[in-house]
Amino acid sequence: MYDMKALYEAYSVEEAVRLRLEHPEAQIIAGGTDVLVQMREGRRAGKELISIQKISSMRGVTIDEQENIRIGSLTTFSHITHDPIIVEKINVLGEAVDMVGGPQIRNAGTIGGNTCNGVTSADSASTLFAWDAIIELTGKNGKRYLPIKDFYIKAGTVDINVAEGEIQTAILIPKASYENTKGCYLKYGMRNAMEIATTGCSVNCRLSADKKTFDRVRIAYGVAGPVPMRAPAAEEFIGGKPITMENIEEFSRKVLENINPRDSWRASKAFRLHIAVEMAKRCLIESVKRCGGDV
Amino acid sequence: MAQYQLVKCNINGKDVEQIVDVRASLTDMLRNDFRLTSVKKGCEVGECGACTALIDGEAINTCLYLAVWAEGKHIITLEGLMNPDGSISDVQRAFMDETAIQCGFCIPGFILTATEIVNAGVEYTDDELRKLLSGHLCRCTGYQNIFRAVKKTMLRRLGKNAEADAVR
Amino acid sequence: MGIVGSSEVRVDAFDKATGRTKYYDDLAPKEALLVRVKHSTIAHGFVKSIDKTEAEKIPGVVKILTCFDVPDIPFPTAGHPWSMDPHHQDVRDRHLLNRHVRYYGDDVCAVIAENEVAANQAVRAIQVEYEELPFVLDVQEAMQDGAPQLHEKYPNNILNHTTAKAGDYAEAIKEPGLIKVEGWYDTPTVQHSHIENHGCFCQEENGRLVVTSSTQIPHIIRRIVGQALGRPWGDIRVIKPYIGGGFGNKQDALYEPLCAWCCTQVGGRLVKMDCSREETFVSNRVRHAIRIYIISWLHKDGTIAAKKVECFSNQGAYASHGHSIVAKAMGSFNQHYPCPNFEGDAYTVFTNRPVAGAMRGYGMPQASFADESHAEECAAAVGMTPLAYRWQNLMKKGYVDGFSHNELYTDSFRECLEKGMQAIGYEEKLKQYQNQTGPIRRGIGMATFWYNTAVYPISLETSSCRLQLNLDGTVNLQVGETEIGQGADTAYAQMCAEVMGLSDYKKVHVLSCQDTDVTPTGLGAYASRQTFTAGFSIRQTAEMLKKKILDYACELTRQATYNMDILDSNIVRTTDGRVLMSLSELSMTAQYNPVHSEHITAESTYTIRNNAYSFGCTFAEVEVDIPMCKVKLLNIVNVHDCGRLINPALAEAQVHGGMSMGIGYGLSEQLLFDAKTGRPLNNNLLDYKLSTFMDHPDLDAEFVENYEPTSAYGTKALGEPPACSPAPAIRNAIRQATGVGIDRCPITPHVLFAEFTNAGLIRD
Repeated sequence: MYDMKALYEAYSVEEAVRLRLEHPEAQIIAGGTDVLVQMREGRRAGKELISIQKISSMRGVTIDEQENIRIGSLTTFSHITHDPIIVEKINVLGEAVDMVGGPQIRNAGTIGGNTCNGVTSADSASTLFAWDAIIELTGKNGKRYLPIKDFYIKAGTVDINVAEGEIQTAILIPKASYENTKGCYLKYGMRNAMEIATTGCSVNCRLSADKKTFDRVRIAYGVAGPVPMRAPAAEEFIGGKPITMENIEEFSRKVLENINPRDSWRASKAFRLHIAVEMAKRCLIESVKRCGGDV
Repeated sequence: MAQYQLVKCNINGKDVEQIVDVRASLTDMLRNDFRLTSVKKGCEVGECGACTALIDGEAINTCLYLAVWAEGKHIITLEGLMNPDGSISDVQRAFMDETAIQCGFCIPGFILTATEIVNAGVEYTDDELRKLLSGHLCRCTGYQNIFRAVKKTMLRRLGKNAEADAVR
Repeated sequence: MGIVGSSEVRVDAFDKATGRTKYYDDLAPKEALLVRVKHSTIAHGFVKSIDKTEAEKIPGVVKILTCFDVPDIPFPTAGHPWSMDPHHQDVRDRHLLNRHVRYYGDDVCAVIAENEVAANQAVRAIQVEYEELPFVLDVQEAMQDGAPQLHEKYPNNILNHTTAKAGDYAEAIKEPGLIKVEGWYDTPTVQHSHIENHGCFCQEENGRLVVTSSTQIPHIIRRIVGQALGRPWGDIRVIKPYIGGGFGNKQDALYEPLCAWCCTQVGGRLVKMDCSREETFVSNRVRHAIRIYIISWLHKDGTIAAKKVECFSNQGAYASHGHSIVAKAMGSFNQHYPCPNFEGDAYTVFTNRPVAGAMRGYGMPQASFADESHAEECAAAVGMTPLAYRWQNLMKKGYVDGFSHNELYTDSFRECLEKGMQAIGYEEKLKQYQNQTGPIRRGIGMATFWYNTAVYPISLETSSCRLQLNLDGTVNLQVGETEIGQGADTAYAQMCAEVMGLSDYKKVHVLSCQDTDVTPTGLGAYASRQTFTAGFSIRQTAEMLKKKILDYACELTRQATYNMDILDSNIVRTTDGRVLMSLSELSMTAQYNPVHSEHITAESTYTIRNNAYSFGCTFAEVEVDIPMCKVKLLNIVNVHDCGRLINPALAEAQVHGGMSMGIGYGLSEQLLFDAKTGRPLNNNLLDYKLSTFMDHPDLDAEFVENYEPTSAYGTKALGEPPACSPAPAIRNAIRQATGVGIDRCPITPHVLFAEFTNAGLIRD
């Protein structure tokens, strides 16, 4: 039995917005796999909850008129992994969210919840950063779109305007972002399942037509800073360069110019920096292979 | 002020109605209101898998699932795998025959996830099977015999009896 | 093959596969009041005051009891047989709740409430004011003069210090030309992590307290609850239903005394106490972290001239099982690798950590890690292969221990090692993995262990059994040696059926649920003793029952008892094989005989005054990803000589579980504490890294079946041994792969990062 003050259930986005405006102190709950844990441990004990679990319009993956991939915020991890659009166009996202917790968590946890948490270790976040995802927020005055990097404000805090009654309704991957692009996500954990990322690294690339040159490379990390982050120095270095082992090595060293993990009992800063470099290298090599290139 | 809600759902093949405290987890409802005690509490935060039930065919940790969300859902607990004539499922039989059971506390959850796996009708690789089962912790078995029980059942469902018998 | 020796399906398998099996929480009536404990949020200090005003206002709160309310009766908690010798009794250093709190998580208040939410709110609302004292987490620091003192009676926090000696160490090391090998070996604080947390409930019935508990030791719990509450022991009745694992944590009085006392404080109403997972990690028991220092002096031929061992055991805040664990660890060294000149020192030291108690292996996983890591270094120092060094120095056939009079009757170690080498392909792989370069390397390693079955002659070993013949010719069996998941009940059914001449093990109904009012007194499940010790009383009692049956058959059939036997559940005339009557007919006739009605039963106690060594080894093959600081276990084989196997399939399954625990011990499991506050950092199943389904290769369990001549059924310890040798085998495999010998476990990526950096294998 959870220590909950009240529960309000929304069956539509409009109803959720209205409940939000009526109960600005209330916490939104989607899949429950994070909020209920926090409620049990006392952090959110005694709070009111607005459940959006039953808003079926917020589930599922589609392609919109601009050919962007649109992922409803309530889509669960396992549904993302098995969705044919995801498998075809951005398989790495399906792979990344297939590393969250265990299967039962992936059957319940949602991508919206994973990002609204604002935590740096979220397995979906680094891939969404690396693919320039757009966050769709819906409030009383309609929709607002934010690049994911602007959505994250600081650890645990994201840009959702409660006074506007906003909730996150979808995550978009623009066509320009996914076209001709392949990527790889590596999760470093202390065991192979039921794990929180020590560091997560997501890389994707688009190669020149002859597959000899990097046309565009993007890299993002989880747990390399207080919020998920890109490593622009590395990206700038390698864009337009030929695919060589030397360039890949230099790319991976360049990430150190941007990332800033901290010391914690889970891992030291030195350790995280060390593996971040190795992960960048391995992710890029794999991305090149997936693009049909050769290192 | 206590807040209650009527939940209508189908549990183990039977349509039921129950007034629940909105603060209740599905674990609470299944264990306390329906005395389905195969749903175990091992951590209450989705880390052990002992409270797993199938909700619309998908394995879910009921500890992190509000009872009111069960509205309109089909829920299966381990009790529901036994047929009215007392016969049990192939998964249950395999767990018994392959010595996959020791203290038994994690077993209800494992059998339900295994049921979801074999119901998919897919021949998974060993690595895929291990991943599909990785949401359950067990401290007695080292997972070895559980793995064998699930793999054999999966193969038998696909008509591959000889391959199943060869699994060691 | 007889019934003993067959891989029968567990007697409880059907109920467990269908979810019918009831554990304590499944049996608790819904109306139970709930007890929740307020734990200390400092590592060391005194409770100055407790403000429960706000907490008491919360609707549903029935009563709040504090450390100022409990009786001043110190009590012991260890699940040991009681000793009539006051010097050998367990240390009485516990109170139901504590004013002097000695670890972060100590018990300060108990809230009794009508529901979970009210109880949790009240626990949060209680304000405790502390007088904080300095605290100490490390054993060596705790032994220093001036270190924070945990218990008045134990200067320098030393609970106990014992020594062992053979020959003359000081003189022996003077021999010229000896090669000295020394090392410090560190093992972690780990937790049992059975999937069912401990819990219990208690209510008063006719003035007596009935406690239903998730415990391994119901009869011992009865005694301890009596001691803790200052009540006659007969006032207490303990019921033990099925339990969801124990591994030693539940071989201790956990919250039964507090729960029983809370019951008395609310007029004997039903109260239930459930440990959360977080509490299970911190406020139950953990395995002792033991730091071990070894010096070996070797001859050039690799024989051991002299050896010195010092063991420092981190007891945590209270004595619990106390010194017996490190004493067992120290005692193993000079038996595992006997040497003529030996000196050993074992210290058990209090620190402000969670309380260490029994855990699968009882000191042996720690000792094995140190001894087998050290053996690897010794082999290298004298230029021998790991195997050759062990062939030469391991305990040999014919060895007799002066203290226990245990004897090694067979060439167990050699047979186990040969079987393991074969199973994993040791020789080829050892050769193949020499002199590797590159970022990803493989290695193979091995380790052996020694384990002493049961607790004789340190403590009492006794078992009692009751059998009753049912009207259908089946037999009910009761013993106090509990089923905790290991499969003991099934082994008992097989052992009884075989001696009784029953047709099937299913003709024996094992009454799995122990009830101290009903079950003959026994000591419970620990020390890998169940099958071994209960075997003696089951065999003795079964023979008594059989004799009674044949005596009655003599009356009915006018045949001499020596011409009859029970075969296949029939009374058979052995001279010509004629079936005279079925056991069922005999039982019915005896029961309903108007002239001589008899309910045929037998009950007896067997005091065991011998013991048996159990042996085995692990072979492990690893792949080390040096830049990623990761170890992948590719193959692992355990080989055991635990005597004759009663049920091979169950034995194999039990070995798998122990191997899994050993793998976690070697690679990932460790309870961590904040150095600044003493607060546990990872007391949950996400952050405490016990192995998941994806962290093992296939587990290969092999056996060498040397019939144990002193045992009732030729069997000996198997429950704990599988957890003893995987960690050092993995360590030695990593050494072969990388050349880096790591003298601490778990060998996590953090440890590898530091070690590989030091060794120059990784550079940033």
